[in-house]
Amino acid sequence: MNWRLLKDKIARFSSITLLVLALAVIVAIVAGLVGKSTPLLQAESLVDILSDSVWSPMKGRFGFLSFILGTVWVTLIALIVATPLCVLASIYLVEYASDRLRNMVLPLVNVLAAIPPVLYGVWGVLFVVPLLGNYIAPFLGIDSSGFSVFAGGLVLAVMIFPIMVSIMVEVLSTIPKELKDASLSLGATQWETITKVVLQKAKPGLIAAAVLGISRAFGETVAVLMVCGNIPQIPKSLFDAGYPLPALIANNFGEMMSIPLYDSALMFAALLLFVIIFGFNLLSRIILNRLEEKAA
Amino acid sequence: MYPHPSIKTEETQNLAALNSAGVVPVATPHIEIKDLNVFIEGNHILKNINLSIPNNSVTSIIGPSGCGKTTLLKTLNRLVDDNKGVTVKGSVLVNGEDIYAPGAEVTHIRKKMGLLSQKPFPLPMSIFDNVAYGPRIHGERNKTVLRGIVETQLRNVGLWDEVKDRLESSATRLSIGQQQRLCLARGLAVKPEIILGDESTSALDPISTQTIENLLIDLKSDYTIILVTHILRQARRVSDYIIFVYNGEIVEFGKTEDVLLNPKNEITQQYVKGFIS
Repeated sequence: MNWRLLKDKIARFSSITLLVLALAVIVAIVAGLVGKSTPLLQAESLVDILSDSVWSPMKGRFGFLSFILGTVWVTLIALIVATPLCVLASIYLVEYASDRLRNMVLPLVNVLAAIPPVLYGVWGVLFVVPLLGNYIAPFLGIDSSGFSVFAGGLVLAVMIFPIMVSIMVEVLSTIPKELKDASLSLGATQWETITKVVLQKAKPGLIAAAVLGISRAFGETVAVLMVCGNIPQIPKSLFDAGYPLPALIANNFGEMMSIPLYDSALMFAALLLFVIIFGFNLLSRIILNRLEEKAA
Repeated sequence: MYPHPSIKTEETQNLAALNSAGVVPVATPHIEIKDLNVFIEGNHILKNINLSIPNNSVTSIIGPSGCGKTTLLKTLNRLVDDNKGVTVKGSVLVNGEDIYAPGAEVTHIRKKMGLLSQKPFPLPMSIFDNVAYGPRIHGERNKTVLRGIVETQLRNVGLWDEVKDRLESSATRLSIGQQQRLCLARGLAVKPEIILGDESTSALDPISTQTIENLLIDLKSDYTIILVTHILRQARRVSDYIIFVYNGEIVEFGKTEDVLLNPKNEITQQYVKGFIS
């Protein structure tokens, strides 16, 4: 057979094989997680595990509610802090900043994204936690060590800032100049044009950026577990310690495995994390599709 | 409003220049351009432009691609300011007011001119809100008044009957021809004096093109209309005056029939006959 045609076939075959292999890994992970967490699910009902907030492996009680809420708190705080900042920062970079400034800042933002999470964690421990524990909490009359969901949220906010800004800048750059001209030519100011036209048009993209930020925040482990106290309780205020799911797995896996059902519980935590992130991505994809349909 | 020390002398020079180019002197110029030079990132885009654009008529700017037609148009409402590294020298007087005078307020200037761009760019909102956008920005809050404006302007562009039952649906669902008429209505809603068209029919089908052209001809009794076009037949159909721009310079300016049928300049002749494009 002609060597060139053969090469073509090999290329096609090998790329499809690699694709299937990559997908198979994901399927294998899910299957593994489900398989490993089955013992726990057989011993206890799913509803009980999810609604129980007591985590006492020695007594055989595995309640995941505090971990789920810990994750939700930290992620929400990060999102609430980061989103407005990122939107404003990217508006400034795209609409107001000079080319020179933008070309200087954007690579810098990407460098921020490349900093290893553990450094953010150290920064959190050395700076954010003392700031919260020694100054802000006493100022508000609250007793707190500073190791709290708030600290975790703030560190996460800083961590998701680069990815959100760089996507938002890209989204805002795609808004056609003619659309802005249309608004400006009606006598609108630049700020009116931004708030009423640019942000409207960019909304789906900005939401997508925020969602990517959330996905990153959900799974972030090291930096958060260093600053958020890791006490299995339901956080009732910003200054309470929390214990997110990824931290639970990272802190405990490989230890105390002699306790019955313990490893199964940790695997269930991983499965839970997977399902939450997967579900969230799915949901946001649906919202995005709706918005795009509406816009089109 | 902004006194110009040399208005008188330049005006006489200007009219003299126009006369020599075969143009009947403009009695009431709506827009006067004096010694205009535009540089974008070091390139000399427009060179020594002197023009008086008459009111209540359609003036077409024609010329080959990249000759500065669009820049000239966007200089009139200062959208040229948005380009990076742009320098504008000289003055553009609208009703005698220099829009490039220091301290001239851009939003006020732009409100006077409706822009109809190459492709329709409806704002990302409903049909109603598109037309109401301008009046709202300029402070109109009364719902009855806004409804009135929207209906009047949609009727003006012949769109009312087509959209009156779906004013709240997204403007992007309209056909492209309807969108362009919507954009015209949106521009008219801020009560401009001047309509600027930048190859406004180039994305449209022949029937929508005809609709827009007829609209513009109807509108000239109330507005001064300036169009950029690269279609000579269109310029011939709709315009009273033609400006021929070549390499950033005004080569010829005169009544439509004079420029198209008896061009004085050799380059204009070649362009009109189709030897250069």
